[in-house]
Amino acid sequence: MNENKFLTAFKQNAIWLVFIIEIAIFAYFNPKFLSVANIVNISRQVSYYGIASIGMTFVILIAGIDLSIGSIIALVNVVCAYLMMNLGWNMWLAILVSIVMATLIGILNGWMVASIGIPALIATFASQTIFRGCAYLLSGGLPIPGVVLQHPTFGFFARWTLDRWDIFKGLGNVGLIPICAIIMVLCFAIGSFILNKSYFGRYFYAIGGNEEASELSGIRVNRMKYLIYALSGFFAGLAGIVLLSRSGSAQSTAAIGFEFEVITCVVLGGVSVSGGIGRISGVIAGVLIIGSLKSGMIMMNVSEYAQMVVQGLVLAVAVGIDCFSKKRQTN
Amino acid sequence: MSEDYVLELEHIRKEYPGVVALKDVTLQLRRGEILGLIGENGAGKSTLIKCCSGAVIPTSGKIKVNGKEFSRMTPQLAAENGIAIIYQEFNNVGELSAAENLFLGRPILKKNGIVIDRKAMEEEAAKAFEQLRIKINPRELVKNLSVGYQQMVEIAKAIQQNAQVLIMDEPSAPLTTNEVESMFRVVELLKSKGVSIIYISHRLEEIFRLSDRIEVIRDGEYVDTLITDKDPTTIPKQVDELIKLMVGREMTQKYPPREPCIKDDVVLELQHVYGNGDEDISFQVHAGEVLGLGGLVGAGRTEIAQVIFGAAPKEAGKIIFEGKEINPRSPREAIDLGIALLPEDRKRHGALLTNSIKNNISMPIYGRISKGTVINSKLEHSIAEGYREDVQIKCPSIHQLVKNLSGGNQQKVILSRWLAAQSKLIIFDEPTRGIDVGAKYEIYKLINDLVEDGVAILMISSEMEELMGMSDRIIVLAENKMMGELQKDEFNSDLIMSYASGIIPESKKEAS
Repeated sequence: MNENKFLTAFKQNAIWLVFIIEIAIFAYFNPKFLSVANIVNISRQVSYYGIASIGMTFVILIAGIDLSIGSIIALVNVVCAYLMMNLGWNMWLAILVSIVMATLIGILNGWMVASIGIPALIATFASQTIFRGCAYLLSGGLPIPGVVLQHPTFGFFARWTLDRWDIFKGLGNVGLIPICAIIMVLCFAIGSFILNKSYFGRYFYAIGGNEEASELSGIRVNRMKYLIYALSGFFAGLAGIVLLSRSGSAQSTAAIGFEFEVITCVVLGGVSVSGGIGRISGVIAGVLIIGSLKSGMIMMNVSEYAQMVVQGLVLAVAVGIDCFSKKRQTN
Repeated sequence: MSEDYVLELEHIRKEYPGVVALKDVTLQLRRGEILGLIGENGAGKSTLIKCCSGAVIPTSGKIKVNGKEFSRMTPQLAAENGIAIIYQEFNNVGELSAAENLFLGRPILKKNGIVIDRKAMEEEAAKAFEQLRIKINPRELVKNLSVGYQQMVEIAKAIQQNAQVLIMDEPSAPLTTNEVESMFRVVELLKSKGVSIIYISHRLEEIFRLSDRIEVIRDGEYVDTLITDKDPTTIPKQVDELIKLMVGREMTQKYPPREPCIKDDVVLELQHVYGNGDEDISFQVHAGEVLGLGGLVGAGRTEIAQVIFGAAPKEAGKIIFEGKEINPRSPREAIDLGIALLPEDRKRHGALLTNSIKNNISMPIYGRISKGTVINSKLEHSIAEGYREDVQIKCPSIHQLVKNLSGGNQQKVILSRWLAAQSKLIIFDEPTRGIDVGAKYEIYKLINDLVEDGVAILMISSEMEELMGMSDRIIVLAENKMMGELQKDEFNSDLIMSYASGIIPESKKEAS
């Protein structure tokens, strides 16, 4: 019995072992991989994946999917920059409005999935196209540059560098830790709280296991779907702000394919695509693995095209392991 | 060995992580016999037959087919060696014709070797059906066939593939009485043709009617094999004996006694309710009363239960609950009023299989045991532990997933859920469907405890004995309408059956 417990604990945390092995390999090939600069850099890079992955975790837990988050990020970028640069809005107000808009898009997704009954894959694919289009329309397809230059406080979220020639030096960090990484950790804490301490988590797991039985046990399934897609929109909006802060320039072409990278992180972290199974700690590992994989590959001069191949393989293997272990369980 | 065995299973053991499904089961099937295989739910019958089909790989043990030894089966090996299984869920493809289903995966081709020879397949299928003396049009789409005929297509497919051993898992469960009769005929016909059959069923009368020998397994272990004595006078004694072997203890009564405890207060009243296909349903349920809802499958009993529970909309009429007119538009609203439903299909609509016992019990009451949205996990824990004790859910811990429990224990978990929600009206839809004899008795005792505490119970049951044994009053539905009501002293299975068939007997017509 004890041995069994050990085995399940090992299985649940095996993903962290994968992470450690990965780090070891990269560090072996390139000692700079473990330098402070690079670790800080990775933590900045993964932060917006991590933030968006919370919402995606909830969505996948109820056996749904949200393909719209990349477009939400682009639209948040463009809208926030437009409000500040073209209309001269106060920065905080612009951020608030952008995040509210992202949340409303999430609610729209929830409406399509829950009330209309469009399969999540199609509904969020439609809004992916719609809101990417909106971002192009609003920006005319052109970047809105100079956001951080004109509003240096906007760099607060993610702009941080060790380069002493950078005019933003010292902005957006606490000690050595970037603010965006702190935001990510806070988001993980919120996600973990929702899943483990609040009853919403119980509802999410139940719905992912069996929607009909959940409804008959008194869960208002449709309301929960609205909530979950709204949360996915909200976290994507937050990720969008962080991205804008980091790049300093709003691009309507930002974050294309972002949803697939986030899905990869979440699924790699052990959240089952058929719903009902998954933990935040796994997702954190998934985010770190993908983040350091990207960074490591860049440092090893792997071409961007080859990186795509590797990421696709990782997604297939992650889902494959999940499905294969399910298949074996039923035997 | 002088005996001629087609199939021998020797010391089969199957372990899953944390659970031993089969400890040590031995089974010998003689050529041309019908062997009844019985055991409580969770005894390991399904796992055992899956070992024969290759769907499950035994941890240890031997499988011998016609004396040839295998350590495991694969679906292919099973087919090659003439082992076929008729599962509870059929493997037909509804959109294909009966003939196409018969030759699924190995079609007859025309001489060119490419094009399917539909005509030859239909002729062969017609021959196969004729052999079984059943009338099925080979061209008919399987989805348009009755459940009984769909099963026949499966059997014909097995025979077409030269099955020597036919294993049938609860074949009568989905069938109507007439269909069961024709299935028996086919089974007996197959036996006379030398096919050996393992027949699994909860219904002991069927086992007595068909089998030559009966093997009993319990908790994954072989218990005993008896030779069936078809002398009707000895059957009651044999039944007692078998139940004792299955359960491991003696069962004195089928239904636990109950002191009458009906109170005057009406908990639920329906006045001319229409909805979910049902028409003009009116009845009352009192506190401390079990109102039985009888009728054939599809008579509209589950449908009215769904309307009361808010899972289906009401179109007209009044539902009065504890003196107030109610209109629940979702199960949540009904639950908050104090109405509960234990659905017929436990696995699909009742239990949250991938969640723990504790979470299953707390699901409807999280609002009450949380501060804001934060669960008081201590309280949650103690509530679940309390019901585990009270209702006697047999489990290593309340953190166990419900999918790993037996049917009876799953039902107890769902019941605990509704007890925790402090329900005043509990609707049981087929409360003991798929539950074994021992656990049935426990469920009945729990129902008795509930009414003694003043809960009102509406019990839908297709088992005549259960309906009459447990109800204080019975109303019978047929074709979505109310046919009649029987007081306790009028209980009589013939009367219920005629109501259920939509016939009001002459004597009753005069009285009303």
